[in-house]
Amino acid sequence: MNITRVLSPIGLGLLLGVVAFIVFGPLLNLALWAFAEQWFYPNRLPTGWGFSFWERVFRPRAGAWTSLFNTVLVAFSAVILSMALAIPAGYALARQALPARNVIMLLFLLPQAFPNLPIFVNIAAIFYQWGLNGTLIGVVLVHSLPGLVYAVWIATAAFSTVDRSLEEAARNLGASPLRTFIGITMPQALPGLLAASIFVFLDSIDEFTGTFFVGAPEITTLPLLMFNASMGGNYQVAAITALILLIPSVGFMLVIERFLKADVLSRVGR
Amino acid sequence: MTTSPSPTYSMAMPGKRFPRISLGILLVLPALTAITLLYALPLLRSLVTAFRDNDGGWTTDHLVRAFSLYGRDVLFSIGVVSAALVLIAVISIAIAGYLVLGTTPWAVRFLRWLYRWPLFIPFVVSGQIARSFLSTNGMMNGVLIETGLMMSESAQSFLDWRGLVLTFAWKQIPFVTLLLAGAMAAIDRSHIEAARNMGASRLRCLFGIILPQAAPTLWVGLILSLVAMLSVLSVPMMLIAGNPTMMTSMMAHRITYYGDYGVANALGLFSYALTAVTAWIYLRLTLRREVAS
Repeated sequence: MNITRVLSPIGLGLLLGVVAFIVFGPLLNLALWAFAEQWFYPNRLPTGWGFSFWERVFRPRAGAWTSLFNTVLVAFSAVILSMALAIPAGYALARQALPARNVIMLLFLLPQAFPNLPIFVNIAAIFYQWGLNGTLIGVVLVHSLPGLVYAVWIATAAFSTVDRSLEEAARNLGASPLRTFIGITMPQALPGLLAASIFVFLDSIDEFTGTFFVGAPEITTLPLLMFNASMGGNYQVAAITALILLIPSVGFMLVIERFLKADVLSRVGR
Repeated sequence: MTTSPSPTYSMAMPGKRFPRISLGILLVLPALTAITLLYALPLLRSLVTAFRDNDGGWTTDHLVRAFSLYGRDVLFSIGVVSAALVLIAVISIAIAGYLVLGTTPWAVRFLRWLYRWPLFIPFVVSGQIARSFLSTNGMMNGVLIETGLMMSESAQSFLDWRGLVLTFAWKQIPFVTLLLAGAMAAIDRSHIEAARNMGASRLRCLFGIILPQAAPTLWVGLILSLVAMLSVLSVPMMLIAGNPTMMTSMMAHRITYYGDYGVANALGLFSYALTAVTAWIYLRLTLRREVAS
């Protein structure tokens, strides 16, 4: 079989065009809905364009501002909480001789290895008894579960790539353990820790299931707002919210390789 | 030379008075507590609730009821997930293979830039995207009709099991491809060069040399995709209105409408079992590979 002839430049261009349509067509369709004021069957394109739905979404006292504020607040809190727990844990898992280290690592792997919906359902039932359902604290906690898992794994990998001889040199020159950690270890682990923070942040912004069970209806985040608008048949509002949610996701996709260096990636899970 | 400690060394000593092990445990303890409260406890509760009746006795009623009520949904979930996994595997292999073996530099560069776009797009947004793109008068049908590939009378909505498969694949292919292309790029180029020099076609190279070496990564990507598809609630709720639908949707339904944690957790047990079986197959395959090599 002569694959070179089949994939002649024209065929290749056509094939890539189809791939581009599969990737961008759905996104374009979403963007059209965000700016469509009138779009009825059988018109292929909207018959009225404009920003009136954007005004409706971002009217003062409309739900979107509260949702946006909740989303950002919860995401930053989840990052701070996860990293505060993961940095010491990652350091210890990378450096200290821990009893049952493999069991601990496995415990931090399980949440990603099995479907998490039953977990969220039961967290909601437990939080209900503790009075945490429908509170921001409850939502931050439920967002920190997937966050913590990423954070511990990436932090462990980041700390294990740190050059130990530099630390020993600092110690020999008289630096205290804490100063060595802050001055030598942290700067080297920082890119990995930043990547972990970004992962936690993105995961929290996109988180739907946990918020659905623990937060709703009192706490609305952007994904819930989008979901409700879509289920209510309001495609314009849903599309506008979806576009806002796309900004951090696509932005991070474009820069991922600058943050997650191959040497850290290759140590995840070791 | 004597080994008397220098002043600097003795200054560093106080840190060593604590036994290292307890310091390590101290550092891990907060994270361990969090994961116990947020994961182990709910997991235990889900397993126990699936087997408890209202009076606190042990029972298998919930399992039986879950299967008789939602057996079709379980089968539907398995079918959708399997179809999506096959699609993901085929397309990821094609894209990653072309990225490694492609000989047209501009096409390789363009494809590398192109395929990753849906990588971090949230599932809930993918659901909305699918709702508008795959509907009867969505852009997919529109383009098919305008290009003359389809009659406008035969336009139909894809918002059923096909929509689920396509949405899951659209969302997960970039992730699996990213992993697979990384694994393929790490393979010793000389193996590929040698085979090419001996006259092997690029397809033969891909399936005979590259893919077998990158297969473990493909499996990991597929298992992680399986877990993601069995976890996501928003997409089936947005795409499928009636029955049968994915297990996640039915679990949420059971809880929001009936407050029935027993049956919901029994359904959760099925989704655990499905993942566990797949992971077990994967482990067996890798073990056999390690024994063989």
